[in-house]
This record gives sequence, C-alpha cells and structure tokens, in this order.
Amino acid sequence: MEDTVNAAVERIRAAGAGPARPARDPVNLPMIRNWLEAIGDRNPRYEQDGLAPPAMTQVWTMRGLHPVADPADPLSAMSAVLDQAGFTSVVATNCEQTYHRYLRDGERVEVRSRLVDVSGPKRTALGEGWFVTTDSTWYVGAEAVASMTFRVLKFRPPDSTAATPASEPAPAATPERAPARAAVSEPAPAATSEQPPAPAAADVLRPVVTRDTAFFWAGTAAGELRIQRCGGCGQLRHPPGPACRQCGADRQDHLVARGTGEIFSFVVHRHPPVPGRRLPIVVVLVELTEGVRMVGELLGADPAQVRIGAAVRVDFVPVDAELTLPAWRLLP
Amino acid sequence: MNVAVGVVLPELRIPVTPTFVVSTAVATRDFQDVHHDRDQAVRRGSKDIFLNILTTTGLVQRYVTDWAGATAMVHRVAIRLGAPCYAYDTLVLTGQVTQVSAAGCVVAVVGRVTGGDHVTGQVEVGRLP
Repeated sequence: MEDTVNAAVERIRAAGAGPARPARDPVNLPMIRNWLEAIGDRNPRYEQDGLAPPAMTQVWTMRGLHPVADPADPLSAMSAVLDQAGFTSVVATNCEQTYHRYLRDGERVEVRSRLVDVSGPKRTALGEGWFVTTDSTWYVGAEAVASMTFRVLKFRPPDSTAATPASEPAPAATPERAPARAAVSEPAPAATSEQPPAPAAADVLRPVVTRDTAFFWAGTAAGELRIQRCGGCGQLRHPPGPACRQCGADRQDHLVARGTGEIFSFVVHRHPPVPGRRLPIVVVLVELTEGVRMVGELLGADPAQVRIGAAVRVDFVPVDAELTLPAWRLLP
Repeated sequence: MNVAVGVVLPELRIPVTPTFVVSTAVATRDFQDVHHDRDQAVRRGSKDIFLNILTTTGLVQRYVTDWAGATAMVHRVAIRLGAPCYAYDTLVLTGQVTQVSAAGCVVAVVGRVTGGDHVTGQVEVGRLP
C-alpha cells in the first residue's frame, strides 16, 4: 500500500502544476458585499476603492455547488489515491496565504496548484493518515497576485461507520472529525439537559472506604448525609479525617445534615470520558446549610442554567448493594 | 495603530449562530453539506454544522484589520486549525503584536471555542500603498 501511495506521489509531483483554472466570475462588488456582510467586516475601503478583501482570494476560484471532478488537479488526484488506500476522511491542518497585492473590481483571476509533499503513514489522534501539502498561486494574466500553502490530513477513520468522506471539490477541506480537546468550561449554549442514566455498577469509580469515611458511606446507604463532628470541640469537618484541625482531638462523632445547601462553585465536565458517565456532567461544590462544603454531581440540570448561589438538595443514587453515591439536584 | 511588541488587541466575541455558519459558507462559495445541513454533519460524525476554513481565514483577517484600520494592508495570513467551531458556540478572538518593523507588524491571533483552540496563527500587516 505504501508503495502504491509513494509511486502516485512521485507521478503527481513530477507532473508539476496542474492546468490554470479560471474563476467563474471576475472580481465583483456584489460578491465582495456579500462576503463583508457575512463576515461582519465593516472596513469601508473595499467598497470605496473597488478592492477585494485579501482573504477572499480563494473564494473567486471555488468550484461552486456542482463541482466537476478534476483528475488534473494535484490535490484531487492525490486524494483519490488515498481514498483508494482507505484513508477516506480529511481534515485541514494548515493554511498559509500570502497576498502580493489586493485584487481590483473587474479583474479575472485563475489558479494553478501543485503537489509539494506527502508524508506518512503517521499515527495521529484521529487515526493513521498522510499529510498532503499543496501550493497554489493565483494569477491575473501573467502576474502572480497571491499564493497559498495548504495542508490536509487524509486519515483512515478508526470507526469507519462514523465518518463518510465528503467530496472535496476544492482545496477547502474542513474537519469532519476533529480532534477532541480537553475542556472544563463555562456552560455552552449547546449543552443539553439530558438526564444521565443510572451509572452501571461495573463502570463506576468506587470510593476507597476507610475507618475515617465508613460512617459517611453507611449514611448514604441509609439515605442520610452525614457530616463528621469533632468529639472534642464539636467542629464540623468534611471531607472526614482522623483528627480535628481545630483542637487536635481524635474522637469522632457525626450529625445528619439537612441535605440542603447552595452551589459555591461548579464545572461542566465535557472531556475526557469518565467511566459510567455520559458527558457532559456538572460537578458542583456545595456549601451545606451546616457550613461545610462537599463535591458532588448535579443531576438533571441543563449545564447552561447552573448558577453559583443556586439552592440544591441532596439525592442518593444507589449503585449496588454496597455503594450509594450522594448527588445534588436544583431546588425549584 | 499603536504598534509596539506586546500590544494586545481588543477581544472579539462572535456568537456562532447557524445563520452565521451558513451565510459565511455561502458567501465563500463553499457548499459542502457540513456547513449548512445539520443532519448530514451529524451523520459524518460532527455534533453540528461548523465554520468552513475560508471563513476562519476571513475572520482572522477582519479581526486584525478592525484593529489596524481602513488603510491597513494584509500581506500574509498563516493559520493552523484545531477544534471545529460548531454552531451555537462562541468564537473568541484574541491577538497580540509579536514583531514590529518599518513595513508593519506581525500579530499572533488565537480563536477559542468551547472545545479548545479553533485557530492559531500569524497575520502580517502593513499599509496600503
């Protein structure tokens, strides 16, 4: 397979720049205005002086709604070879554009592209793939007005049912499956308020129960939220520990909390995955009515609606015969 | 333009509505379904429609010229792409001047979305002749 790909690279690269492909339309003000309006660019210079925004360069030579396959185009040709080899998905990684001058209303541009480099196969976060780099130059007559180096990753989707290749009509590849990123962030408007399913016992991360914390887990199993209380001075503390930070006594007692409190702080956890959980989940730090703070999951809440200071009440989520987790719900 | 290395550009926050994704895709003549058809985008493994690259390039250019003014001339835009910018997210552009010369300056730009950095890059900008 590598030999086939490498042979194709040599052939396509040796062919050099493909034929010049003319823009459908000359540089024109209606398309410039549409672009300025959509992008939100209020720079008056373009309309006043009849200039095209530089970032529109590639727009003039886009292939449009019904692109025709062009085997003479180096990126199309290379993509076809990699599709055949099973690297059917594409994600653009780099785009570098240099503008020698701004295009003027009425000018006709054309573009020529050549294959610069293909490297791989490489293991990436998306799957095994090849980086394909092309150079394109835009001309007005014989004058080069802009150039672009464009790099895509053609990769084999790890789960081939998840992504089918989009046809790539132009060097305008876009991520179909993008790298997942770690994100603990403010609530996003797109977040859903789906009720997380009850965690499967086998998947749940289990707490380590010690002599200091056994009373707490016995409490959740009995439907009680217990707070450790110093047997010496009566100070409340959470999480539980062997000795009092105030008086040093190691005699332990506890009280049963009312189970109410306020959100002191929170995060929306979107990534990485957590065993037994469907993301996103909201993790709250609750300040209990009794005064101590406790971390737990907020159930049944739209992440976008969670606010610091919101009133919450404890709930208990039975996992199995031995473990019941405390969790929180917003009070109406 | 107040040009010195380290100068920070004002932040630009763009609410990425479906209308924004679709209108910019069409204005850049990019008719791939992942930029206007959510059902197809989901079928291809995305969570929603997302910005196309020509738009990201355009936004990076606009962000710098908003700051540099109407007489600015952009010589170069070099971007590296990361997390997709999905509909219903907010794209937050920040920038800082990293180099200054007689001809102009270089601005480093970062565009962040919920999933991380959507775009990082450099823009070389001078004056229109």
